[in-house]
Amino acid sequence: MTTGRFGMFGGRYVPEPLVPALEQLDEVRQKAAVDPEFLAELERLHRTYTGRPSIITEVPRFAAHAGGGRVVLKREDLNHTGSHKINNVLAQALLTKRMGKRRIIAETGAGQHGVATATAAALMGLDCTIYMGKVDTERQALNVARMKILGAEVVAVEHGSQTLKDAINEALRDWVTNVDDTHYAIGTVTGPYPFPEMVRDFHKIIGIEAREQILDLTGRLPDAVIACVGGGSNAMGIFHRFIEDADVRLIGVEAGGEGIESGRHAARFAVAQPGVLHGAMSYLMQDEDGQTLESHSVSAGLDYPSVGPEHSYLRDVGRAEYRHATDEQTMEAFRLLCRTEGIIPALESAHALAGAIEVGRELGPDALLLINLSGRGDKDMHTAASWFGLIEETS
Amino acid sequence: MSVGTAQVLERCRAEGRAALIGYLPVGFPDLETSIAAMVTLVENGCDIVEVGLPYSDPVIDGPANQRAVAQALAGGTRVADVFDATRAVRAAGAPPMVMTYWNLVLRRGIDRFADELRDAGGAGLITPDLIPDEAADWMSASERTGLDRVFLVAPSSTPERLARVTEACRGFVYAAAVMGVTGVRSSVGAAAEDLVSRTRAVTDLPVCVGLGVSTGAQAAQVGAFADGVIVGSALVSTFFDVTPREGLDKLGALTRELAAGVAEGRAR
Repeated sequence: MTTGRFGMFGGRYVPEPLVPALEQLDEVRQKAAVDPEFLAELERLHRTYTGRPSIITEVPRFAAHAGGGRVVLKREDLNHTGSHKINNVLAQALLTKRMGKRRIIAETGAGQHGVATATAAALMGLDCTIYMGKVDTERQALNVARMKILGAEVVAVEHGSQTLKDAINEALRDWVTNVDDTHYAIGTVTGPYPFPEMVRDFHKIIGIEAREQILDLTGRLPDAVIACVGGGSNAMGIFHRFIEDADVRLIGVEAGGEGIESGRHAARFAVAQPGVLHGAMSYLMQDEDGQTLESHSVSAGLDYPSVGPEHSYLRDVGRAEYRHATDEQTMEAFRLLCRTEGIIPALESAHALAGAIEVGRELGPDALLLINLSGRGDKDMHTAASWFGLIEETS
Repeated sequence: MSVGTAQVLERCRAEGRAALIGYLPVGFPDLETSIAAMVTLVENGCDIVEVGLPYSDPVIDGPANQRAVAQALAGGTRVADVFDATRAVRAAGAPPMVMTYWNLVLRRGIDRFADELRDAGGAGLITPDLIPDEAADWMSASERTGLDRVFLVAPSSTPERLARVTEACRGFVYAAAVMGVTGVRSSVGAAAEDLVSRTRAVTDLPVCVGLGVSTGAQAAQVGAFADGVIVGSALVSTFFDVTPREGLDKLGALTRELAAGVAEGRAR
């Protein structure tokens, strides 16, 4: 079957008990997509709750270190809850109510999607459970506290690598048990159809706004649009509106971790083969037998062994290109933006900045780069402070 | 041609009872013991063995099976080990059905996996995360090799899904009797009987019920309305926190209890 596929990627590799819920979700979201009432409600939330449209900011002092051209940031970090994740979650929470469900669950890596989901649940009166790998609950303790303050139950998952992948396993187990009254709000453009397409559609507003804004500011389209790619939702969100602009390079930046040769990274496109994980066929870090390999990144949000299927498609057809930034390059880019522009980015987004520094240097002073600054770095202060030796380790 | 699941289920039906189908993962608690355990199942009255292939991300498995497969993988279990297990089960006299998440088959190559499984005495595959909609390549590989293909139906399945899934099955239909992951449950639930009758309404294939059975009494209860009773987590759990020898003894005893359960099921 070809429904829900991007070329050979995507599909619906799930246990049969979930199929009716996926069919219901697909039906409800397709109806909602053309329902003026739903669209008006979502637009109202974007405007009066999230703070859309998010602004763009030109960053010349940063750009001086990135080849000397012009660099513009799309400020998803300024959204309510601090990242792009809220765009998707508000829409899925509205769908949850439309489906007559009273409970919403989610996985989270860095905690941004978990915080956004807990926020939407509080706003709309839904019960909420967030699954988070135990390792991530430790490195993102502040976000765990935020979710709990907002009324969500946070479950620390202690299986496997205790990161995002295992949180998704556990969320899927919850969903298959409680699917009658529970919606699983997947936080990125992965998972079984219709999630990759639906989540992209809920984020494409990023690119729609940014394209108009950069045309207003500069009078032309950017040479490249750059975004970090874990599952890949912020990247699909900003890429989508530019796909038909053939002269605009779409560049995804994966987590290079400690370097490709170390094996400790999440640069799927650098090493991986297509495979199936969490309901979708996509590039997947796996061993010879097809067992999932553990990924690694300084940023919890990019620490995932697979990637959204549409990215795999865009890569294979040559429309998007993917590179990676190591933990070290990322932390340098993080510090650079803080020091030159007074903007503290999320470590995920700092990968996009690191990629932009390279791309800017390749393209030189005539370049115009648009970067999706997908989240803010408050949550990463502990990691950053340890990295730069700014605090004494207490343990 | 070796005996397939359909013939075994037919024979059980002729005996006026449900079949007992036992699940154990390869490599737990270690490779040698796991194969001895599967043979123990057959020797103590298990009609079909569901040979589990350990996978890193078993999303429809509960805590007991997760613990077992994690241990199997940590112990170095490889996909190819499954074929040693199917040979042993076949030699012991029962058809082995391999239960596997799909990426392991995909990675090896669907045709290659099918050929190797057939050559190792395997009867077919149970595929918990492959639905017929995504199974075109497996449909043709199983046609070519004569392997059974067992997909799942669930209480949430609509009549349209029941028809679609059962049409794709060969051998039997796996009815996941309660919504949720695998694991022992104190009651097997009325939803199971309803699901079996809704499934029978759309297919003549045998309908085997899984998820939750752990005692002879439950096996009898389910066997009264199903063509096969699938037991997993309870069998796996016999190896927790004991020596392999003790585990095999406990396993043998539990298997006899379950076999006695299915034997009395229809008599009541």
